Amino acid sequence: MSVDKDTVNKIARLSRIAISDAEADKMVGELNGILAWVEQLGEVDVTGVEPMTAVIPNKLRLREDVVTDGDVRDKVLANAPAREGSFFGVPKVIE
Amino acid sequence: MTDFSRLGVAAIRDGVAKGEFKAVEVAEALNARVSAAKALNAFIVETPEKAIEAAQAVDADRAAGKPLGKMAGVPIGMKDLFCTEGVQTTAASHILEGFVPTYESTVSANLWKAGAGMLGKLNMDQFAMGSSNETSYFGNVISPWRRNDGSTAALAPGGSSGGSSSAIAARLCPAATGTDTGGSIRQPAAFVGISGIKPTYGRCSRWGVVAFASSLDQAGPMARDVRDCAIMLEAMAGFDPKDSTSLDLPVPAWEAGLNSDLKGKRIGIPKEYRLDGIDEDIAKMWDNGIAWLKDAGAEIVDISLPHTKYALPAYYIIAPAEASSNLARYDGVRFGLRDLPEGAGLQDMYAATRAAGFGEEVRRRIMIGTYVLSAGFYDAYYTQAQKVRALIARDFENAWASCDLILAPTAPSAAFGLGEKNADPLSMYLNDVFAVPASLAGLPAMSVPGGLSKEGLPLGLQVIGKALDEQAVLNAGLAIEQRSGFTAEAGEWW
Repeated sequence: MSVDKDTVNKIARLSRIAISDAEADKMVGELNGILAWVEQLGEVDVTGVEPMTAVIPNKLRLREDVVTDGDVRDKVLANAPAREGSFFGVPKVIE
Repeated sequence: MTDFSRLGVAAIRDGVAKGEFKAVEVAEALNARVSAAKALNAFIVETPEKAIEAAQAVDADRAAGKPLGKMAGVPIGMKDLFCTEGVQTTAASHILEGFVPTYESTVSANLWKAGAGMLGKLNMDQFAMGSSNETSYFGNVISPWRRNDGSTAALAPGGSSGGSSSAIAARLCPAATGTDTGGSIRQPAAFVGISGIKPTYGRCSRWGVVAFASSLDQAGPMARDVRDCAIMLEAMAGFDPKDSTSLDLPVPAWEAGLNSDLKGKRIGIPKEYRLDGIDEDIAKMWDNGIAWLKDAGAEIVDISLPHTKYALPAYYIIAPAEASSNLARYDGVRFGLRDLPEGAGLQDMYAATRAAGFGEEVRRRIMIGTYVLSAGFYDAYYTQAQKVRALIARDFENAWASCDLILAPTAPSAAFGLGEKNADPLSMYLNDVFAVPASLAGLPAMSVPGGLSKEGLPLGLQVIGKALDEQAVLNAGLAIEQRSGFTAEAGEWW
């Protein structure tokens, strides 16, 4: 499988990364180089093999359904690039 | 007067405990070395006051007759991937520049609790993506090593934990934290002639460590010898309920268990690692390593890990896939950089922020990851890679029927020059060919110095062990260390 410039622009959109025309052109070659190389995985016979989900066998723990933290509003907001009062500020999203 | 830069973790801890010197004297000496070595660009932020503060607390505890921790009085470097409360943490990215965590990662908190102090935050490849420290937003880290032909060409300290490796080799700190996703502790350790161990996945908590590829990321220590690695790993490891993949197991007494007598141990030599056209120096070092382990009483057996050649391509699907998901959090809203072009809406702000904040390699990997996870391609790429990963783990399982440890080179070459490999992302990826399989299988693996190349540069031997058997890995590392006679050091040119 290989990607063209339209696909690269689509991936960039899905990734929420703005790219210029020149960057898209460059990325076509780079992504195709990498994709052609990973293509060799297709030759491995994986009949009956389950995809790995946990590298070291471990069971997911459950904890008591209780509040264990909270009351840290200012800490949560401390690094916000545009804090507005006790909220994260964002550009207008509804016209 | 003691040259504190020559002391390792054990020597500092023991000297402080015995009252031979004060922890503050060590911290002052190393603070001065850090600040005089700016040419290496190993640190993003220096925190001399933190080192002094921790040392004063240790000296006060000792004066009061209180028990001292495992790392009491030892100043260390902290890779900038670990969140440190009140101290900027960036993962060497622009998108996190100015981010000051309001909490402390579990691993760093464990180290401070053990009496260690922080000299500063170490430079690294951006978001731990890279093998040469050329992807940092804060500039390349330079290895203290130079080739023996009189050239002053700047060499890569390896990556991603290249600030850590450079600082330790330059004796700015006796030890530092590293993280290893696909070789990021072992390869930089090999490049600068120090030791480093990636423990079993789950030994060290990932809580508070900036995420790259969560199923692979694992913290570990880097230091100048095996004992120091054992001490520091004990201080770092342990169960943490805040990390769902943390192993709920006691931390073994690795230092006390060190024993370089390998009688009864079988060492596997994987034939697939003997690549066509393997570097002559690397092949010779590997043979020396085999002889040293034999001398230590081990039996050498040939083994096969048939899916080895598929480890790197599988890794370069799985790691970017996980990264594309983990790095979705950088949105310009909650923390870090925001780039809001005039009149832009929310979506444009996301795209502009991420374009401005992520470096080229990070953007490339996010896009690869997004592609392999996208509708229509998920099974062909991601599911297939996870199946191959299961086969790679099975290769190791099968190997353990005939051996207890595996010996291989850490990297296929000595350190390369900065700029030599970054034209083609693939040629950089191939540098992790020997390191990635153990990462995919979650196994403990260590690099120790194995000798010098013809150019006078360090080479590393890698020991891979069974899950949870860090002790055997450390012991084999120690056996190599005792026989390799590796005493070479980088000249102090900076």
